[in-house]
Amino acid sequence: MKNKQPSFYEEVKEGGISRKDFLKFCTTMAALLGLESSGIGQIVKALDSKPRLPVIWFHFQECTCCSESFIRASHPIVASIVLDKISLDYQETLMAASGYQAEEAYKAVMAKYPGEYIVMVEGSIPTENEAYCCIGGKSALQILQEAAKNAKAVVAWGNCASAGCVQAASPNPTGAQPVHKVISGKPIINVQGCPPIADVMAGVVVHLLTFDRIPQLDELGRPKAFYSRRVHDTCYRRANFDAGLFVESFDDEGAKRGYCLYKMGCKGPVTYNSCGIIKWNDGVSYPIQSGHPCIGCSEAGFWDNGPFYQHLPSIAGFGIETTADKIGVGLGVATAVGVAGHAIVTNIRKHREITNAPAAGSEIETPKES
Amino acid sequence: MRSRTLPMREVHVWELPVRLYHWINALCVTALCITGFLIGNPLAFMKGTEAYLNYWFGTVRFIHFVTAFLFFFNFIFRIYWGFVGNEFSRWYNFIPLKRCQWKEIINVIKVDVLQITNKQIDSIGHNSLASLIYFVTFLIFLLQCLTGFGMYAAMSNAFLPKLFAWVVPFLGGDMQVRQLHHILMWGFILFALVHVYLVFYHDYIERRGVTSSMIGGWKFIEEDVIERHENRSEDCPKD
Repeated sequence: MKNKQPSFYEEVKEGGISRKDFLKFCTTMAALLGLESSGIGQIVKALDSKPRLPVIWFHFQECTCCSESFIRASHPIVASIVLDKISLDYQETLMAASGYQAEEAYKAVMAKYPGEYIVMVEGSIPTENEAYCCIGGKSALQILQEAAKNAKAVVAWGNCASAGCVQAASPNPTGAQPVHKVISGKPIINVQGCPPIADVMAGVVVHLLTFDRIPQLDELGRPKAFYSRRVHDTCYRRANFDAGLFVESFDDEGAKRGYCLYKMGCKGPVTYNSCGIIKWNDGVSYPIQSGHPCIGCSEAGFWDNGPFYQHLPSIAGFGIETTADKIGVGLGVATAVGVAGHAIVTNIRKHREITNAPAAGSEIETPKES
Repeated sequence: MRSRTLPMREVHVWELPVRLYHWINALCVTALCITGFLIGNPLAFMKGTEAYLNYWFGTVRFIHFVTAFLFFFNFIFRIYWGFVGNEFSRWYNFIPLKRCQWKEIINVIKVDVLQITNKQIDSIGHNSLASLIYFVTFLIFLLQCLTGFGMYAAMSNAFLPKLFAWVVPFLGGDMQVRQLHHILMWGFILFALVHVYLVFYHDYIERRGVTSSMIGGWKFIEEDVIERHENRSEDCPKD
């Protein structure tokens, strides 16, 4: 029996992708997802036979950098997955429809594939005043809740949807919240990063398509295949860290020799992502390779953990440049002054005690009674 | 020459395990603070060399991690000893649940901190204020172990660190955990400053040999204090 909808492979074949390229793509994806070799077959089978994934893709408070990253995926098939092969029935940036037709498109998906469609979200949701983000007369929160109700899963693209990103940075004027704070009872995949790596996004989609379930997630809801290692632990400059070779300013000898950027405020040691492995733009480079410290864009609250070029974050309420160390030294000095003061008083007391003590051989001093 | 003749007795206050705990802890905290400081803000004293020739920073981190394990087990041991040790090392000394402990805390503040009265503090082991402070340091120890092993968990497959894998998600990210770990380190440094000063202070003022008591275990205690200690009211925990 012929599928009601064309399968993914049928779709790409029409687009001029050869069987060989298709298989290459499946192999790459299996490798990215960390599957064993039998996984390749599963991916091939899934993409060969399964109908396309119905997807509704929302843009809320965001900059569209996730979409931009996605459509620049290194492998041509990833790009075609993204652009036409998952059923992007509603994607505000890429769809041709607008206005009434667009609204109809996503309502149609919700009606036609209840419990099957995936909701993908870019951007955070304002809760301070829902009017900050309205589409077609409905607030972001309403739209998301409505769409998520019958969704199979929700994919939160990027830091905005996963953790709030810059909109949620202090003082968070719009009360921006990530998806997992406003939606409950649905599997939510946080694909972190600002933006996430395109191949990571593709990997998540392929996983959903192949296995019909969400990938294994860590405690923060991120796919383990891509977010279980720190950038630091997979960084090619790591040897310089262990050797104690550090860049101290952007133009110094160390910077030229490619030393570790730890002292330049690199957030690699506190950031979980695969930048060091998959890299960006077809594996060309990633920030650290280009000589810039990691800013930790795939971690919650990375805007507030700044400044970017300072190793220890500033402490709110103490001014921009105040770190734990500065406060610590201040408290240490205060303690030393307190101790010195106390010691002076103690010595005055002690001196009085010695002068009042009986001379040797005189009567036994009776202990002071309370 | 001035001298004093007090009716005093020697009391075995700190048992050997308590003393061992104390010194292991002191060494660990010193090593952890020094290496921790270096890890937080490494010295960039090497230039113009290649990574494969050096490993000093790796060694600093190695020392930090090994010492952390020692510190952790030493801490666990001290908690255990709080249930089996002598009356001065028992857990109930450290948590002021009784009225008389709070009374003593106020007295200690008046006598030793503000020095406004000259009442005698009877306690033979720790006084109640010191005990409360030690309880707070124990909480800091606990938090330091949680945050430390929490960060360590991501790079280890061992059973113990894995038990702490929930800490990072719980606190929202490695950055938050690292920041907390760093701030708590200052708690240790400030504690050490005051602790060492107070050892000198008590030795100087009370003349009970408190400094050497942590080496030999014995303290000189006035006869009348011991008498009152033995006849203390029932509602008050020992010492």
